[in-house]
Amino acid sequence: MTVPVVITGLGIASPNGLGKEAYWAATRAGRGGIGPVTRFDASPYPARLAGEVPGFAAEDHLPSRLLPQTDRMTRLALVAADWALADAGIKPEDTEAFDMGVVTASSSGGFEFGQNELRKLWARGSQHVSAYQSFAWFYAVNSGQISIRHGMKGPSGVLVSDQAGGLDAVAHARRQIRKGTRMIVSGSVDASVCPWGWVAQLAGGRLSTQDDPDRAYLPFDARAAGHVAGEGGAILIMERAEDARERGARVYGEVAGYGATFDPRPGSGREPALRRAIELALAEAGCAPGDIDVVFADAAAVPELDRAEADAISAVFGPGGVPVTAPKTMTGRLYSGAAPLDLAAALLAMESGLIPPTTNVDPDPSLGLDLVTGAARPARVGTALVLARGYGGFNSAAVLRSSLSD
Amino acid sequence: MTGRRVVITGIGVVAPGGIGVKDFWSLLSEGRTATRGISFFDPSPFRSRVAAEIDFDAEASGLTPQEIRRMDRAAQLAVVATREAVADSGLDLAALDPYRVGVTIGSAVGATMGLDQEYCVVSDRGRLDLVDHEYAVPHLYNYFVPSSFAAEVAWCVGAQGPSTVVSTGCTSGLDSVGHAVELLREGSADVMIAGSSDAPISPITMACFDAIKATTPRDEEPERASRPFDGTRNGFVLGEGSAVFVLEELQSARRRGAHVYAEIAGYASRCNAFHMTGLRPDGAEMAEAIRVALDEARIDGERVDYINAHGSGTKQNDRHETAAFKKSLGDHAYRTPVSSIKSMVGHSLGAIGSIEIAACALAMENNVVPPTANLHTPDPECDLDYVPLTAREHRTDTVLTVGSGFGGFQSAMVLTRAEGGVR
Repeated sequence: MTVPVVITGLGIASPNGLGKEAYWAATRAGRGGIGPVTRFDASPYPARLAGEVPGFAAEDHLPSRLLPQTDRMTRLALVAADWALADAGIKPEDTEAFDMGVVTASSSGGFEFGQNELRKLWARGSQHVSAYQSFAWFYAVNSGQISIRHGMKGPSGVLVSDQAGGLDAVAHARRQIRKGTRMIVSGSVDASVCPWGWVAQLAGGRLSTQDDPDRAYLPFDARAAGHVAGEGGAILIMERAEDARERGARVYGEVAGYGATFDPRPGSGREPALRRAIELALAEAGCAPGDIDVVFADAAAVPELDRAEADAISAVFGPGGVPVTAPKTMTGRLYSGAAPLDLAAALLAMESGLIPPTTNVDPDPSLGLDLVTGAARPARVGTALVLARGYGGFNSAAVLRSSLSD
Repeated sequence: MTGRRVVITGIGVVAPGGIGVKDFWSLLSEGRTATRGISFFDPSPFRSRVAAEIDFDAEASGLTPQEIRRMDRAAQLAVVATREAVADSGLDLAALDPYRVGVTIGSAVGATMGLDQEYCVVSDRGRLDLVDHEYAVPHLYNYFVPSSFAAEVAWCVGAQGPSTVVSTGCTSGLDSVGHAVELLREGSADVMIAGSSDAPISPITMACFDAIKATTPRDEEPERASRPFDGTRNGFVLGEGSAVFVLEELQSARRRGAHVYAEIAGYASRCNAFHMTGLRPDGAEMAEAIRVALDEARIDGERVDYINAHGSGTKQNDRHETAAFKKSLGDHAYRTPVSSIKSMVGHSLGAIGSIEIAACALAMENNVVPPTANLHTPDPECDLDYVPLTAREHRTDTVLTVGSGFGGFQSAMVLTRAEGGVR
């Protein structure tokens, strides 16, 4: 008998909305946040669009002493964590320190901070490197900073599996709660919108070089030619269902199932492993395919990856057998922040009875997906499946079940 | 309590002083040190100019030219350690369901060497703010996301089960193995390839540790620079390396007649929620991690035969964990040999936790406790038995190993002899 674990708080920093309300208002309306890069001059680069979080002034939210020691992704994560705790109605100071942990994901750490210190190192010399470089850029920084800010001493961790890591972190948080920790701050926020991050992402060969924000990131579309990179994500508060009920918390939904697999080595000719991850997540949740009301897709917008994802979904649900959506067309791909934001979107979809749309996309009919395009689709969403894949072959799947469904 | 007991059946180590388990154990059991003046780059601008480098030839270690091209040094070390571990385990991976084989690799700082070198090129030694993508190596994305380390190891062994990098700073090497144990116990995999790797000896790393005076400036005596628990200690010596294990369930290991090094009986991680780099002297959170790990192992603290310390050789760390051992084990802490192999192989950040697990397994195997090298001057605040200078023959059935790192992470793991009446 496993302990049900639920999500009771959301803190969101997304390119199409800072804060849960702004994010959901934009997302349900199909309003995107992709635009020309403003954080640096992207004109020398083949990719010039990004999903940047609008209107974020860290000094409005965080003490000034934290600013020189934090990358943008950490500032966003700290603020999102504050909001998530407030949303959950949890006051960390009233909770036993060892009973609260922090499990986040990271894809590339505080890359912009690292860029600035690398520049000082190479241009001016080693003595100019910041004393904060030793931790501000590394992958564990967000978990560490959140735990310090809120006095959380329980089991904590950081998982790195590119975009799939966002789900892996949530699954690991759930594992720690099942082992006895009362509450975990999980999810992830990522950001690498800086020249050095851009060069690294360009080397990955998956960035779109389109200049029209409405045509740049078109997953499952015959015109798919890469993605737009974004920043942001979501921080989630997770706890035992029983504890949430006892304290009268508002419950968004349960993390009911999870599965993770890794693809066979390229060239092996074997089937990609995403389908298996979906099956594992459904099995753990005790769901038949027909129980799933919507799939939030990974949506790589690389033709062969879109094909592989569509094939996996069709293999489990049958062709056109389940509504599929990818609201990340409104934000760009947020690396480890993407899947936690999709979890938040799925929970908000349950609450509002609306599946947010995959904007701008004209679905390739040969993929056989029932893709929700155009406007949000009214639907009862009791159970949702969220998919995430990471560069190299990481596949993760999570099943969310609405607390309203029973 | 789950019935699944997780054991180590294969070990691979690439560490300063030698490639492979045999050379590694020789170094430790003979109390030799592998800390030297830095040779990878000109260290003259730096305050600390000593490191524990591996004499590593990727090609001689069996990597192909394309593998070498696409992998950062840390990934290369991990793959070489993986191959040794799998061969050592005698496991026929091809006979397993690939979906039941997973990978966890710990790393604190990922592809630091590759990123440092590439930044120098694309920025033309810091001249360009808008770094030039035309000069980037094709596999730069693999450096950008250290998850590529787990991908390389998964490809190496054909794993298709849950695979990830665990990155919790300097406890990554313990937490990665701890994570794998959790996956095995819950039944998410039958075999885990678990370990860690870091290759951080690069100008940016030296610069950032210089800035906080975390590394030792004892540049005139590099062989004697790493001095955990010594009264004259003044910082750690940066190292590099990788250790990887084959982990599986005890029953299946027995069924196939595998050699079982040790059982991983307990593990816990806690945070100090205090400071990104600072430690409170009382060691309360590490003590709590130790208490929970022992509890999970159902082992009384009195049963611990050896403590493999974090022992980085900074003033605050060694005091901090000495307090944690006393807090968690009471008087037994004074009766238990404690040592730090960082005195010999340096501190390889996220890798060292796994390298230390390997040292623990080998200590149990040989009933020999590795020493703390360079320990000559007592420190009144560090008053335990740190096994100075020479290894000690000592019946070692139960081992505690700990880690402490930036971000406030404190981890503890308990290893026991799987056979022979421990339980």
